[in-house]
This record gives sequence, C-alpha cells and structure tokens, in this order.
Amino acid sequence: MTLLLRRTASQRVQKAPSIDSFYPFWFYIPAGVVYGLMFLVPTFASFYFSLTHWTLFDQRFIGLDNFREFFAEPFLLRGLINTFIFGFTTSAGKVALGMMLAVLLTSNIYLRSLLRSVIFFPVLVSTIGIGITFTVLMEPHQGVINTALQYMGIQGPRWLTSPSLAIYSVALVEIWRGVGLATLILIAGLVSIPTDYYEAARLDGANAWQQFWRITVPLSRPAVATVITLSLIDGLRTFDLVWAMTRGGPGFSSDVLASVIYKQYQAGFYGLSTAGNVTLFLVIAVVALPIVAYLNREES
Amino acid sequence: MKTTKSYRPLVSILALMMAGSAMANDVRLDLLTDNSPNSLAAANALVNAYMEENPGVRIEVEVRPGGSEGDNIVRSRLATGSMSDLFFYNSGSLLQALNPSRTLVDLSNEPFMDNVLPSFQSVVEANGGIYGVPAEAGMGGGILYNRDIYAELGLEVPTTWDQFMDNNTVIAEAGYAPVIGTFRDTWTSQLFVLADYFNVMQEDPDFHAEFTAGNRTFAESTPALRSFERMQSVHEAGYFNTNYDSAGYEDGLRMLVEGEGAHYPMLTFAISAIVETFGDQVDNVGFFAQPGDSPDANGLTVWMPGSLYINQDSSHIDEAKDFLAFVASTRGCEVIIDEIGASGPFLIEGCGLPDDVPQPVADMLVYFEDPERNAPALEFLSPVKGPSLEQITVEIGSGIRDARSGAELYDRDVRRQARQLGLDGWN
Amino acid sequence: MYGTRKLVVSVLAYAGAALFFLVPFAFVALTAMKSRQEASLLQLSWPSEIHLIENLIQVIQVRDFMIVRAFFNSAFITVFSVTLIVIFSAMVGFVLNRRKTSWNKMIGFLVLSGLMIPPAIVPTIWLLQELGIFRTLHSMVLIQVAYNISFGIILYRAFFSTIPRELDEAAIMDGAGPVSLFFKVMLPLLKPVTVTNIVVLSVVIFNDFVHPLYYLPGDQNVTIQLTLYNFQSMYNTSYNLLFTNILVITIPMLIVFLFFNRQIVSGMTSGAIKG
Repeated sequence: MTLLLRRTASQRVQKAPSIDSFYPFWFYIPAGVVYGLMFLVPTFASFYFSLTHWTLFDQRFIGLDNFREFFAEPFLLRGLINTFIFGFTTSAGKVALGMMLAVLLTSNIYLRSLLRSVIFFPVLVSTIGIGITFTVLMEPHQGVINTALQYMGIQGPRWLTSPSLAIYSVALVEIWRGVGLATLILIAGLVSIPTDYYEAARLDGANAWQQFWRITVPLSRPAVATVITLSLIDGLRTFDLVWAMTRGGPGFSSDVLASVIYKQYQAGFYGLSTAGNVTLFLVIAVVALPIVAYLNREES
Repeated sequence: MKTTKSYRPLVSILALMMAGSAMANDVRLDLLTDNSPNSLAAANALVNAYMEENPGVRIEVEVRPGGSEGDNIVRSRLATGSMSDLFFYNSGSLLQALNPSRTLVDLSNEPFMDNVLPSFQSVVEANGGIYGVPAEAGMGGGILYNRDIYAELGLEVPTTWDQFMDNNTVIAEAGYAPVIGTFRDTWTSQLFVLADYFNVMQEDPDFHAEFTAGNRTFAESTPALRSFERMQSVHEAGYFNTNYDSAGYEDGLRMLVEGEGAHYPMLTFAISAIVETFGDQVDNVGFFAQPGDSPDANGLTVWMPGSLYINQDSSHIDEAKDFLAFVASTRGCEVIIDEIGASGPFLIEGCGLPDDVPQPVADMLVYFEDPERNAPALEFLSPVKGPSLEQITVEIGSGIRDARSGAELYDRDVRRQARQLGLDGWN
Repeated sequence: MYGTRKLVVSVLAYAGAALFFLVPFAFVALTAMKSRQEASLLQLSWPSEIHLIENLIQVIQVRDFMIVRAFFNSAFITVFSVTLIVIFSAMVGFVLNRRKTSWNKMIGFLVLSGLMIPPAIVPTIWLLQELGIFRTLHSMVLIQVAYNISFGIILYRAFFSTIPRELDEAAIMDGAGPVSLFFKVMLPLLKPVTVTNIVVLSVVIFNDFVHPLYYLPGDQNVTIQLTLYNFQSMYNTSYNLLFTNILVITIPMLIVFLFFNRQIVSGMTSGAIKG
C-alpha cells in the first residue's frame, strides 16, 4: 500500500484527446462531493473554529488563545508527547517484530499458512474488545499476566496504572493487535526478493545473520516503508485503544492528542477541542508526511 | 387518582383534552436517565406508577452513560434539538452549563412547585426561572466505615481530621486497609476534596461567592488547599489499599462490607447499592461526615438530589408537567422509597422516611437535624466546576502530583469552565 | 538432522503463537461462560459451571434487545457505505489511472490527505447540524464514505494499472460509451480487488467505535461497538456479560475471516506491492 504513495510510474505518452473523453472527469464527482462536503469542509472550518471560543450556543473569535492554552497546560502537552511516543514505538515495534515473524513464516516450518492466519486474526477484531480484554489481563493484582509472572517468581509491574508505564503498555497491545498486518506485508516483501541474491551471498560465505542485514533488510525496504507509513498514521491518530484501556489515566499520564480532543469535546470546550484537532493535523503534516515521503521516495 | 389540591385544575384540563382524543392516540413521552442502577430503577418505578394512574400517557425510559460521557450527551442533545421530552440530570453547577433559560421549561409558576422545598429550588434556579423537581433523595458526602472493625479495635467516630488519621494508624497496624481507594472508577477519587467543603466553609464562609467571582482560587486559599492536602496525606501515610489503582466502585463497596477496608470516602447513594447486593450486612456499615480541624465545627457536606427537567422543544410540555407534578408529590417519593429504599431525606413537602432506615442512613440523618451541621457542596453554591477534577485527585491520591500543584491545575481547569460559561471576572 | 530442526522451530513457533495469540481469545471465551461471581476473579480457568447460554440470552435481551438493533444499524451503515465506496472509488481510480492530466497530482494529494489527516470532529458535527442530518444513519453512511474512500481509490488505482489499455480500446471500437466501458467492461475485471476492498472496508466500518461515538449519540442509533457500554458503567461491571458481548460482536468478523482469509491476505499484500 505504500507504494500507494508513489505516483503511478507509467510514463505513457499522452493519448489523443478523443480517447480521453472515455475517461470523463465527471467520474470524480460522486466521490468528490461526499469527500468535499464531509471531509474537506469540516477540515477547513476547523482552522477557523480553532480560533474561537465556542460554546453550545455562541462563538467568539479569540485568536490563538486556544493554542496558547494547549501548549501551556501540562496535561494537554502531555497528550502531544504521548502521541509521538505511541506513534513511534508502535511503528518500531511492528516493524521489528513483524520482520522476525515474517522471516519465521517464510522459513521452512509446518503449516505456515495456519500460523499466518492466527497472528492476522486480531486485525479483524474490534479494537475496543481487544482493549477491554487486555485491560483485564493486565490487571496488576489478580490479572492473568501478573499471576503468570508470579509463578515464575517475577513481580509484574502495574501495567496500566503506573504513570510512567501506562502509555507503553497500551502501545504493546497495539503492537500485538497490528503485528499480523505488518507481518503479511513484510512477507510479501520478502518473497519478492530473488533467491539468487541469497545463493550468491552463501557462495561468498555470508552467514544467516549477514544475509539478513545485507540482503533481506535493504531489499524489503518498500514493504518496511509501507508498514511504517501505516502504523505511523494509525499510531498518531490512535484513540480507541487508549480510551478502552486507560481513558488517558492514571490522571493524565497516558493521554494522547485524540483522547484530549475527545475529553475537551466532552467538557463542552469545542474551540479547544478543535484546536487539538488542528494540532494533530499539524503533527501529521509536519512530522509524519515528510517521514512518509522520505521512506517512499523513488529508489535512485 | 391521587392528586394534591394544587394541581387539580391542570389535571382536569388534561383529562378533558384526553377525553377528546381517542384512546388509540396515546401521548408518548421519552425520559432520558443515566445508567446507574438507582436512577434507572427509580425512573422506571416512577414511570410505571404514573402510567398506571394515567392510561392515556406512555412514557419510555431511555438510558445514557453517567459521568462526563453522560454530561456531554445531555449537553449536545439539547444543543442539537434532539433531547427527549423529560430528562434526569444533576442540579447545581452541571445544570448551569446547560444554559437552562434557553433550553428548559421554566416551572416557577407551576402550582406543584409549592411542594418542592426552597433549599432545592435554589439549586435548579437560573436567571429567575426554576427548572426542575427533585427525583431522588438528598445525599451526604463523607466516609462510610466498617462498624465491626471499629468495634473490634475500640475506635470512636472521629470528629477531627487528626483523630481520623489516628484511627487509620490503628487500623493499619491491625492489618486492615484504612482507606479504600477505587481509582479505576476515577469519579470515586474526588470525595476527600468535594466532601471537605463543609470544613472550608467553617473557615471561609464566602469562599463560594468569591470563587464564583474569580477572586479566590483553591491553591491560594488555605482551607480550600487543605482539602487537596488531606488527599495527599492519606496517600503519603500509605493508608490506601494496595489495589487502589485498579479497584473499582463495586470492589470498594465489597471491601467495605466484608471488612477488608475500614473507610470508604463516598456519597451516601452507595447505601442503596450496598443494600441491593449485601442485604442486611448494610448494618455493619456506618457513616460519618468528613472531619475537619475542630471538633466543634463538625458537619456534613450535602449533595442535592438530581432533578427531572422538561426540554423546551418538547411537543408535549403539558403532559410532561403533569408527570413532574406526580414526581413532586408525596406519592412520587413513596414510589421511590418502595423501589430503592430510603437513602436520605427527600426535598418534597410532606415526604417522610420510614422508621427503620439502614444504619448508615440513620447516621447521616443526624447531621440533617441540625442546620448548623450541614452545608451544600460547592457545586450547589457556585456554577463553576472544572471537568478534570477526577483526574487530578487520582494523581494526588497516587502520588503522581502533590496537593499544591494539583490545586493549581484545578484552578486553571475551573478558569476554562468559567470562561466557557461567560462569567464576569474571569478574563 | 534438518527434519528435527524444522520440527523444533515449528513447535516453538506454535507454542509462542498459542501463548501470545490464542490465550487472550481463550480468556474471552472462558470468561463468557462463567457466572458473574466467578468472572469477577479475572482468572484464566475452566468455569466451574457453564453459564454461556444464560449469558447469551441476557446479552441479547438487555435493554429491549439493544444488541439486535445495534446489529441492524451497524449492518445498514456497513452495507451502504461499502457499496458507495466501491462504486465511487473505482470510478475515481479508473479515470485517475487512465487519464494523465495536471489534476492527477492534486487528486493524489487529496487522496493521501484523506488517508492521513484526522477528521475535524466538532466542525463535522456543526456541519451535520446545519444540514439537519445529525444523528441519522444516513449521515453516518456519508461520513464513512468520506473517511474511507481514499483507501478504496488507492487499491483500485493500483489495480487498474494491471489492466491493459488494449481492452479499453477494443471496447471503444465495439461502440462502448464511457459508462458502459466502466460498468460493463472494467467493473467485472476488478473482482479480486473489489472483494479485498469489500472485506477490508467492512471490517473497518463494522468495528468503528470512534465515529459513531461522536456522530450517533443516543440509544436509537446505537451501533454494535457501543453495546459494550451496557455492561461496563461507572457503577458496575459484569465481566461475564461484557465478555459474552465481545464474543457476540466478534462472531461476524470470525465468519468473514473463515471465508475470506486467503482473499484478505493476498489482497492486502498485493495492494502493498503494486502501487
């Protein structure tokens, strides 16, 4: 899907205008109308609304006050920082773990496709359901995970109720949930690497480790780029899982931008909520887009 | 049909109207309430009793989540013109955020409002209009305690905070959890702060007025800051149960009744839930007001009941008013007591409580007998309440943040809310 | 020697997968079978008595069969929005791939924006209110179309580049107009990618929690993910019913998974590799 980001490379000659009439522009209209109305109009409106003091009944222009508030308020700022933590750790985790699984699942083991299905299944399950399930599994005092750790003589941490750990615990669950998709995409990348590269490397005496770093990693770059792109977009925008697992707690310690936006909306601070939306927009435009563009640049 | 004199004319008009329309055209009203077992049971009981007496009207009960999720639903449904005809919601500051004069039906000229005690009318009042009738019992905020533990350790009900902390020391040494914290349900963490307001008022009787005007803050007022410090001191002394972080409200009630923990700072509506789940064991539980600094000024912070309101956009305002007349009658409170038991005083003229109330209710009623020993919570004296208090008290109670910085954070939260309401003096 | 190694790796892989991926689902299923008391212990254990049927009946009956209503609402939203996305995005993907103009860059940018930019929530509610369609299932359909159409376009555009233009030309020779060229000639050829699109989009939209939460408040419009609220409130949580509910709402996805497993897997990966 990355490659989605790449312009279609075909360099065909312009067809004669006559044939173009068989590809009419009005084919764009149905999609364009819905997208324009339901997505673009609110997006543009949000730039204005984020500059207002907006209540149930009135609104008043207040300039950049909402943004000032956003960056001055420690717990709103916390949401911004956690958004980055979550986006980057989940992307890294999915790539690293996905790569290991992809190598395993392209190697010679029994019933490979069954195993692929098993790890892919969580992708199809409701995120909220997963969040609730893991909240219970991660219960610090009687939960399944810490009970199991106790049998091994390990005192399990307070996964979701320790302020320094909560956001990482949620990220861990997100990695669990999304690693199946990452693995599938990476498998597709691995199988497209011609086998003669590996044969040549073996002849040169490269061991498995060297082969992995010299051949597998560089040549699966497009697939890696796809995984990072998808998980970065998902990770920065994430809401469901955080909401289902911690509601941003304990206190404000696992808030992300999307949960801050929701809480401000709930509290009736519509202008502030929309300012959060615009901030998230800027984070993605300024941070994620360049990364994505860089990862998906045409190989020279 | 049982009616009080005051609204008989209204009923007869309605009866005429109904006689004119065929029975097939039942009037249908919707009533939105929250999903707490108490409010849901009370709403259903009221509606069923009313429909039995008024066959031409059908009222459907619709449920919403509680807490800030529910606040948002109520607010946005009012704003978008999609509110039910009737709805149950808090009185006091949360009502003020609904902009009542523009969204709700003013009931100040209704004859049935004569049944509603003035102290309640003041918490559903805005810009000269009166908007609701009480649909549950009044509550106290304070400390539910396990009487068996108290008896076993020979403790006495504390009348000062220091005595309370001394009791906690004894309880901790005996191997019980002195204070039950249930921070998974974040709303439960606010009680030490909110239920301390009686004590704040003893030192600063004008706090609410100055606070509303934007002249006093929690962080800079010694008595108000002390409310936050009390939370911090319980954490620092290590008096919370070990699983305070992941336990929920239900766990808290169980731990209290079964004697795993001795104190549970809570609102007294929890008593109905205890009766529901544990039956007679409720008599192991007692109640006392959150103590302050002086034994001479020991009193209860009171929560006014939630209220039923009529949506201005309803197309059946008269029928809705008739239902409220029923709720605001002695018949209404009888129905509620029959259904969920007596958990506190009703603010309706002539509504008495049965003689055999559960132990903690009896403990609470003592404070109501003496007007010097109870005062409303801040949210019933001021329209301003910040939405993030429960996160802040979780942080203080878990040691993530100290009392002062928590109070400062809450002051900023409050400021946002005040500006949102467009109050003077907050810019 | 080689065989043993294969066996060891396989066994380890299966043990790991079972531990990390099956235990959580086993936990859901086991808890759904327990009584309320037993479920509240949060243990991974075989239930002392099986209460699955009672739990199921309770989950289905609660609040006037709310879950049934929710299922219909979610099905309505999913079916209509996926249908519209498939048709609309195939049309866009078709023209975008076949006709090279200076607009393409602009449209590509919009498509990418749709994939990446978070929707502006409160302004959308404001807009829906202005249009008088807030809290309607129809508006939810339009929103899902707007939010997910980029994904559809990207998959279709990639797929069109694999269909030779000679086919178009032959159809045009035979006198096909633009509409019949697209609907009669192209659409049938798109079947594999259409199946992928339908399956993936259905999963995304059926499992959507956030947007119904914002745009469809109220019991009448409840969607399937929001039914989980029934058993988890600020006052009490019935874990047995909560997990029974999770089980019930996962079943449609399990069916999708069993039937389309291969299709999803190949579709997702081919979308990633072409482009």
